[in-house]
Amino acid sequence: MTFDWSWERAQEVLPLLLEGFKITLLATVFGIALAAALGLAVAVAGRAPSRLVRAPVRAVTEFVRSTPLVVQLVFAVALFPGTDPLYVGTAVLGIHYAGYTSEVYRAGIDAVPRGQWEACTALSMSGRRTWQAVILPQAIRNVLPALGNYAISMFKETPFLAIITVSEMVRQAREYGAEHFYYTEAFTLAGLIFLAASYPTSLLVRSLEKRLGH
Amino acid sequence: MGDFLTAFLDNMPDVRSGLWTTLQATLYGAALAFVLSFLLGLMSGSRLLPVRGVSRVFVEFFRGTSLYVQLFWLYYVLPTINTDYEIEPLLCGVLAFGMNYGAYGSEVVRGALGAVPKAQREAAIALNMTPFQRLRRVVLPQAWPQMIPPFANLLIQLLKCTPLLWLISVQDLMTVMEQLRDRTGETVPAYLTLLVIFFVLAYALTMLMNMLEAAAKARLGQHTSARGLLRSRSGQIAGVDR
Repeated sequence: MTFDWSWERAQEVLPLLLEGFKITLLATVFGIALAAALGLAVAVAGRAPSRLVRAPVRAVTEFVRSTPLVVQLVFAVALFPGTDPLYVGTAVLGIHYAGYTSEVYRAGIDAVPRGQWEACTALSMSGRRTWQAVILPQAIRNVLPALGNYAISMFKETPFLAIITVSEMVRQAREYGAEHFYYTEAFTLAGLIFLAASYPTSLLVRSLEKRLGH
Repeated sequence: MGDFLTAFLDNMPDVRSGLWTTLQATLYGAALAFVLSFLLGLMSGSRLLPVRGVSRVFVEFFRGTSLYVQLFWLYYVLPTINTDYEIEPLLCGVLAFGMNYGAYGSEVVRGALGAVPKAQREAAIALNMTPFQRLRRVVLPQAWPQMIPPFANLLIQLLKCTPLLWLISVQDLMTVMEQLRDRTGETVPAYLTLLVIFFVLAYALTMLMNMLEAAAKARLGQHTSARGLLRSRSGQIAGVDR
């Protein structure tokens, strides 16, 4: 039983992994931005006065949330064959996570006291102004830590993009491994890089949670 | 569409065995995760620093390094450490799912145990109960119903990760459907069918967990309506958001 570790190979593969890490970060940043925006839109649409809007919005988000990201990714790539897989993958990540973030926003909106809505009606504010000036500023403050946690969990799911040939970090590790028949250094380092990036971020989110008084 | 439907029906035995593999990975993975959740969750409440420390390190390690990396590490790297024996790909999957979701689940256990009012523990101590009796008779019955909804979320998450088995050459549902898609060239019906099957599985698991929750609450004298059994889950990733 030997753990076959070579520092030379580790040194050789590290630059490749960091190259891939840039793509990983890029996909996470754009993915979570899309999820944050789309999730908000879905949460607000889920409170529309008409059932004709609410019901389909709810059904679609439930479906997106309950089905595997892997299948959604390969499906989306098959549907848009000419487009760069990085764009398709980031969009799918964003849409998949919008299913989660919309629930976070919904909880945040539900937590705004009823009196706030009633006061808006009493002041005869328009629907748009009620949302913009009163409800959302209070709701969004509450959801920031949860969004942070989803960003971290999306970050750890970006390797799924490797399946659709995006050359993020884990794909780089696999390609290096397939070429040299040594997977140990590449995968171990990839895991450690994930840990090194996600652990401090999760501590940061936890301190944000405490500061906002959760 | 017609081609795919014919192929799907003709290859029903393959589809069924793929479905069974996916379910096996989910159930065995969940069973391992469940055991680890309680083990690590209870360890994190220990008075001894080394015990707490081991649990903390395990949890942060398996939460922090991506599931995808863990799966590939088990599949590619582990056999090179000990070449004497082969590790079955399905077992790789079960281990990776179990350890990853066990780490998340332990946070659920820790949170639920911590949420039991302090006075309950104090009363149990005053009644001269042993630590095991306190846990078994007082703390767990109250904490258990609170654990079920986040456990349900984790279970669905685990189910949704099983298509990764396709990448390590396990004949799961995803692999079988990919083969059918390849053979018929009908992409849209193949993937849509796969998505719908996963949706149905997820919904069925949710309903089962709702029933479990209702049963646990009934034991505490709280009752759930039939409508409550049909509700879908809240959609938050448990253990991440706490």
